[in-house]
Amino acid sequence: MSQDNSNLTVQDKVVASLTRRRRQEKLFRTLGLGSVMVSLALVAILFINIFSKGIPAFWQTSMTVEVYFDPDVIRISEKPEQQPNETFEDFDERLLEWETQLGFVNFNRILSDSITPLLSDFERSQTRYVTQLVTSGERHALRDMVMEDPSIVGETRSLTLLTSADVDVWLKGNIDRSLPDEQLQLTSVVREWADELHANGHIQNRFSTALFMNPDSRSSLASAGLAGAFVGSFYMLLIVIFLAIPMGVAAAIYLEEFAPKNKLTDIIEVNINNLAAVPSIIFGLLGAAVFINWFKLPMSAPVVGGLVLSLMTLPTVIIATRATLRAIPPSIRAAALGLGASKTQTVFHHVLPLAIPGILTGSILGVAQALGETAPLLLIGMKSFVASIPQSPMDQATALPVQIYLWQGNELRNFFEARTSAAIIVLLMLMISLNSLAIWLRRKLEVRW
Amino acid sequence: MSNLTVIAVLLILMGLAYQLGTTKSSKQASRAARDKTTPPMHSRPHHHGALVAFWTVAPALLLVLLWSWFSPWMINQMLISQLPEPMASFSGSELDAILRRVHNVAGNFVAAGVLADWEMQAAQYYQEMRALSQAIMVAAVSAAAAAGLFLSYRRVNPQLRARNAMERVIKGVLIASSTVAILTTIGIVLSMVGETLRFFQFVSPMDFFFGTTWNPRFSTVGGGDQGEFGLLPLLVGTLLVASVALLVAIPLGLLTAIYLAEYAPSRLRSIAKPVIEILAGIPTIVYGFFALVTVGPFLASLGASVGLDIRATSALTAGVVMGIMIIPFISSLSDDILTQVPKALRDGSLGLGATKSETIRKVVLPAALPGISGAVLLAASRAVGETMIVVLAAGNSPVLTANPFEAVSTMTVTIVNQLTGDNDFSSPQSLVAFALGLTLFAITLVLNIIALLIVRKFREQYD
Repeated sequence: MSQDNSNLTVQDKVVASLTRRRRQEKLFRTLGLGSVMVSLALVAILFINIFSKGIPAFWQTSMTVEVYFDPDVIRISEKPEQQPNETFEDFDERLLEWETQLGFVNFNRILSDSITPLLSDFERSQTRYVTQLVTSGERHALRDMVMEDPSIVGETRSLTLLTSADVDVWLKGNIDRSLPDEQLQLTSVVREWADELHANGHIQNRFSTALFMNPDSRSSLASAGLAGAFVGSFYMLLIVIFLAIPMGVAAAIYLEEFAPKNKLTDIIEVNINNLAAVPSIIFGLLGAAVFINWFKLPMSAPVVGGLVLSLMTLPTVIIATRATLRAIPPSIRAAALGLGASKTQTVFHHVLPLAIPGILTGSILGVAQALGETAPLLLIGMKSFVASIPQSPMDQATALPVQIYLWQGNELRNFFEARTSAAIIVLLMLMISLNSLAIWLRRKLEVRW
Repeated sequence: MSNLTVIAVLLILMGLAYQLGTTKSSKQASRAARDKTTPPMHSRPHHHGALVAFWTVAPALLLVLLWSWFSPWMINQMLISQLPEPMASFSGSELDAILRRVHNVAGNFVAAGVLADWEMQAAQYYQEMRALSQAIMVAAVSAAAAAGLFLSYRRVNPQLRARNAMERVIKGVLIASSTVAILTTIGIVLSMVGETLRFFQFVSPMDFFFGTTWNPRFSTVGGGDQGEFGLLPLLVGTLLVASVALLVAIPLGLLTAIYLAEYAPSRLRSIAKPVIEILAGIPTIVYGFFALVTVGPFLASLGASVGLDIRATSALTAGVVMGIMIIPFISSLSDDILTQVPKALRDGSLGLGATKSETIRKVVLPAALPGISGAVLLAASRAVGETMIVVLAAGNSPVLTANPFEAVSTMTVTIVNQLTGDNDFSSPQSLVAFALGLTLFAITLVLNIIALLIVRKFREQYD
């Protein structure tokens, strides 16, 4: 401090520093407000980004076509019926033979014959390109229609067929149209057809039920859907709900109401808190080593996934339940005990019913967390491609977040980027509805002491 | 009869036993009420019913579980002793292959190749043994249930302390549930230590912990050439990504917490706090996708415009997005801790003429520092163990570098890559995942425990 300053009074010094200090105050405050705004903006950017990418993918281009089931192309014998004196095995064999016969039918020809009349500029040499308009899964759909009801042969049906992924990308403008020819996925003639059919209304953008009703597919990308993932996630959440929640609540009741307060329960407490913060991937390693390697449970099965997610959710449920139990005033317990209820009766008749809102909220949040978890599921083999909807929790399956992981890696980027975003929107919507349910329950049932 | 049917039958029996016990004891109760000489009932009828139901079902259920646990092993042992000579002395994976083949034949599944006579015989023997085992189990379970029902039903009388007995059972169930959390930790540690020790039979711990090259190669048959398993590139990659994440999240999270706790009007606070917490609930795969598709290309073009060479998938990309993810961990916990700092400290400082920001910086923050450092440690542990963001956005390139603009690989990414679908637990290539997992577990355990103890101590200090 210089000589001059020491002659000033304290008051003078304070007054002299005020401008600087007020400026600092203002700066600090602005910084704080700024970071709140940045955080809020980040939430907004994340959501706007995902939604703007994903929402268009809920609509897919599809083509309405009069499909003639030409008996000259579908040359099959009559569908076998079970004869009265025939064993089931014999009938099954005949049926299989018939289905094999049907499998050899050239349904691509049926498709192209139905589509070519719609094209103004078509030469016979271009026939093989016509089927590129429609996703390959649709010819299996035609085959299944005939298999279901052979009397359809010879008739004409108006069908709505999904266009192939490449056509969808082209028509939605998800690919740069000015790219040189060899970098575009479609040949020029198909692109012209697609534009023409789109212009005269044969191809329209319709809400994509395939996204929700179909399982994943690699051969027919446009019809890849989330149904398999829904069912897989559903089984796993069921296991979490029936395993993690009862066990977590029971554990919390013991630790909060019965357990003596000593070194051991202290260790349990630290252990549970630590378990809640253990990286989820560690639970995947546990699942791979214990459930798959020791107990020989099937890989990629929802049972294993459910067990792993249950162990992961358990600490969350325990912590939430304990917090709720702790918030219930001791006077409730004292009143019940004073009237002669046993400790167990006090807890189960008086404390637990009051804790149910809190337990429900905590459990729903735990389930939502389990729904969004990916990493541990990858380690128990769920990253394999599954093309069918699992029939039981022991079947191979995938889960919603894992499906997102699989789709984002698909080579056909400009189709799957949107479709992955759509899957993310579905996942986020499910999680948001679970969370809103929890908030609503808390508002509705909450008791303030 | 499958195990599920047995369990279903037992459940029906449980309802029946409950009814029987309740009826018997309520008859006794009404007799006691009429006749003053008999002593009054100690427990209510439904306690008796529950106790009878418990003794009917619990031992039987335990038997089912033990049996379905041990019988496959026993049957396999008997099957092995039946095998003709060369096969019976096989061991390890060869024996496993034979057993699997026999099981497939017995279950009418397709088995490749021509079936030998002894295989058919073994399959038949296996089927017979399974049927026998199933029959023995049903018989034993029925006997146990009947005995339980009979004995406990006979014990129903006014003096029986059925309620106390039931309460002991309930307490037992509660204790069993709370040990699951401990068993999980023990399971994690044991399984990972076991597999890690097996890994160290292939690769010495020195080479693992201090190796600077990560090049595991593919697991080859016989493989004399094992590749190199150096942890350091992965560890450095992990720390690099986590540091970038903390550099993003600490200032943003802390300033947000300070503003919301000290300055914000309650309306802004009540909106901003839950909205920011949404960030904590978003699945990490979504962040990964966001990083890969949006943030990565953005950072790369930003770098290009100022002349920096930034890869689209790099430590920076993964770290920035991970930082966004952990903002709410830091802001929520710090917010809690700031509001716990006693008002008297603030009033004292303000009363001496300090401005609000001076009070916060010189009084409130130092008082809250231990708690905030706990929050930061928890966030760090979250960042170190995060998987999906780095799997998608860090570039998966296990080289030793300290340049955040380069692609890196982390421990979690490598675990996911090494433990692929065909879990073969005998090659160092997949066992290394457990060694990495154990290292990761140890790191996060230390971070978590220090953080938990600090936060707990802090709470006690101002409670």
